[in-house]
Amino acid sequence: MIIGLEHYFFVSVLLFAIGFFGVLLRKNTLVVFMCLELMLSASILALIAFSRYHTTPGQGLMEGNIFVLFIIAIAACEVAVGLSIIVALWRRNQTVELSEINELKH
Amino acid sequence: MKEILFHSFAALTIVPALFVVMSRKPVNAAMNMLVSFVGLAGLFVLLETYFLAVLQVMVYAGAIVVLFLFIIMLLDADKSPAPNLIRFLASLAAFALMVCGGYFLVFGCGAGPYPEISAEAPASLSRTFGVELFTTYLLPFQLTGFMLLIAMVGVIVVSRKEQPESTGDEQ
Repeated sequence: MIIGLEHYFFVSVLLFAIGFFGVLLRKNTLVVFMCLELMLSASILALIAFSRYHTTPGQGLMEGNIFVLFIIAIAACEVAVGLSIIVALWRRNQTVELSEINELKH
Repeated sequence: MKEILFHSFAALTIVPALFVVMSRKPVNAAMNMLVSFVGLAGLFVLLETYFLAVLQVMVYAGAIVVLFLFIIMLLDADKSPAPNLIRFLASLAAFALMVCGGYFLVFGCGAGPYPEISAEAPASLSRTFGVELFTTYLLPFQLTGFMLLIAMVGVIVVSRKEQPESTGDEQ
């Protein structure tokens, strides 16, 4: 069995589906945020795999890899801002459960 | 050999990701996420993208997971209650639908033919990243620096303790 692009792609699909499952299932804000990170890293894996398999000996495709570099930087920013928002929420409501943070609903 | 490595790294990525979703304590979720990111870095090594594998371990498994653990300790988040059955079943149905759809998208009759892997990896040297970043992608690179600065200032503003209104006027 030769490992092809489709196998990496399927691992990426599985990781994205697991992250989406967690976002739907969990009520804890921190765990929901972790599942978002899993979805981001699934997209990173797909980008790198496509970039590796579509390259030809004459021309190396670097676009996917450079995008991954920017995505990692954006993910770091997103985690910092999101966690500070979660801390602010905790300070205000003393909870991080999504089922109890429903002010906008009423 | 490469097949065994691919399967073990894929399992190391997928199984802890499932534990992230299923574990009730946030600390266990963060630890499983760490293992999942290390497995993902192994997959990057198999794709001969060594620089991004190192970056994955340093940024994701290092900085981001540590930040999560720090916030978990700060907030003292306890064990979350088990989700109710209807919510669990609905989420599981969405998950199964996504996995089946992805399977038919990837391995189904309409998919492919997929390109063969070529001998030459584009990003095996970190030198290529530097050259590309400072020639073609110079403007996005600079903008990323500004974005990091904005995020830093924003975090400080958001997480600052709220002052009473009266103290704002006196300079």
